[in-house]
Amino acid sequence: MKFLVLLTTLSLLLPNLAGAQALTPDTPPDVLVKNVTNEVLAIVRKDKDIQSGNHQKAIGLVETKVLPHFDFTRMTQLSLGRDWRKATPEQQKTLADQFRTLLVRTYSSALNEYKSQVIEFKPFKMKPGATDVKVQTQISQSGSRPIPLDYYLEKLPQGWKVYDIEVDGISLVINYRESFASEVRRGGIEGLIKTLEAKNRSDAAGK
Amino acid sequence: MKKSIPTRFALLPMAVALLLGGCATSGNPRDPIEGFNRAVFAFNDGIDRAVVKPVAKGYVAALPGPVRSGVSNFFGNIDDVFIAVNDFLQGKVPDAINDVGRVLVNTSLGILGVRDVASELGVEKHKADFGLTLGHWGVGAGPYLVLPFFGPSTVRDATGLVLDVKADPVANLPDVPVRNSLVVTRDINLRAQLLPADKIVDEAALDRYAYIRDAYLQRRRSLIYDGNPPRDNAAEAARSDVFASRGAETGPRLASNRPMESSTTTAHE
Repeated sequence: MKFLVLLTTLSLLLPNLAGAQALTPDTPPDVLVKNVTNEVLAIVRKDKDIQSGNHQKAIGLVETKVLPHFDFTRMTQLSLGRDWRKATPEQQKTLADQFRTLLVRTYSSALNEYKSQVIEFKPFKMKPGATDVKVQTQISQSGSRPIPLDYYLEKLPQGWKVYDIEVDGISLVINYRESFASEVRRGGIEGLIKTLEAKNRSDAAGK
Repeated sequence: MKKSIPTRFALLPMAVALLLGGCATSGNPRDPIEGFNRAVFAFNDGIDRAVVKPVAKGYVAALPGPVRSGVSNFFGNIDDVFIAVNDFLQGKVPDAINDVGRVLVNTSLGILGVRDVASELGVEKHKADFGLTLGHWGVGAGPYLVLPFFGPSTVRDATGLVLDVKADPVANLPDVPVRNSLVVTRDINLRAQLLPADKIVDEAALDRYAYIRDAYLQRRRSLIYDGNPPRDNAAEAARSDVFASRGAETGPRLASNRPMESSTTTAHE
């Protein structure tokens, strides 16, 4: 028992150690979030290129370490709401790809801003057999209130996948709902795809 | 003059909401005066780009990080007094005691609040203002409202803001030059803190106006529910669509919605 406590303490103190733990489809959602967060932050804190604003490298890191744990089809579905059904399977795939590009860029920018902050993991309780959970963390910084950063995960056969992130109560996915809906009202699903493509092109060109 | 400003602001949101209620709209029930709001948003943005943002950038370039945190902490400490009052008004007595403790510790050990010793000791800062207090007691947000200079708000939060400004010791200092320099320093410091967010919003948003509006409304709602709001109705509807197609169950989550927030249902539902 004492050994277990020691081990837990150690894994909290040494994020790299925890990050090295292999992730399997059976990894519980809170452990998954903790490991990925710690691993990614450890890399960002060491990487001078990312710190000095090398966006491509930050995106690369997010692509390899973070993306495998996200369900972008589900995220796109949620942000489109009812409009999702108006899209053909090909359109759905294009939408998910474009939305993925957009979110990866935003998330990797945010990552660099948060590199010097301390992430705390709140106690996590899960009902046995639950397939939809919220893992709560917070970003602590001296002088201001801690900012909640919550992950919503769903259990799929391949393991737990994140389908939404909330930063200080702002859901990344839901925040697009109004914009997406008005794009669809204006130019249909094709219109939304065009807008997303143009947005991603101009963001990429701006870097 | 001192007194007339808050009074004018008190009338402004109501007057604006009434006068422009029938104005241009895209049919979003939370933003019935979108045309007007977009105009004010553009006005604020213009001032920001021309004056406020460049000054904030200069401020960041001129002062080292620790000095800027000292400034943030100093104003944050004054703010904690109001957070205490509002937490108390919301019936969150332990939180209010926590806030008062922060002020006592930071004013003394933290040398007039310049160092946030309380946070270092693990006494967390809270977020509260009169708008949130009204929301806590069930006052609905009302239409979204972009205020000149102040930015995103709602009719409820603008009403709260009037009280915030009235009760703000910095804005009510009798010595006008001191008051003005403090208010300007505070605002520039606040703007400087938001500089990193600018880039993220620029990259993320298809439509900056809508992105900022929706983020503001989501955040305020979350704060009213102490960070654990029921997922909003539109989200639930979409979720149940998604879940229905997967044959899963969403009943309990839907049941947790409170009727008072039903106004947050979105246009296309």
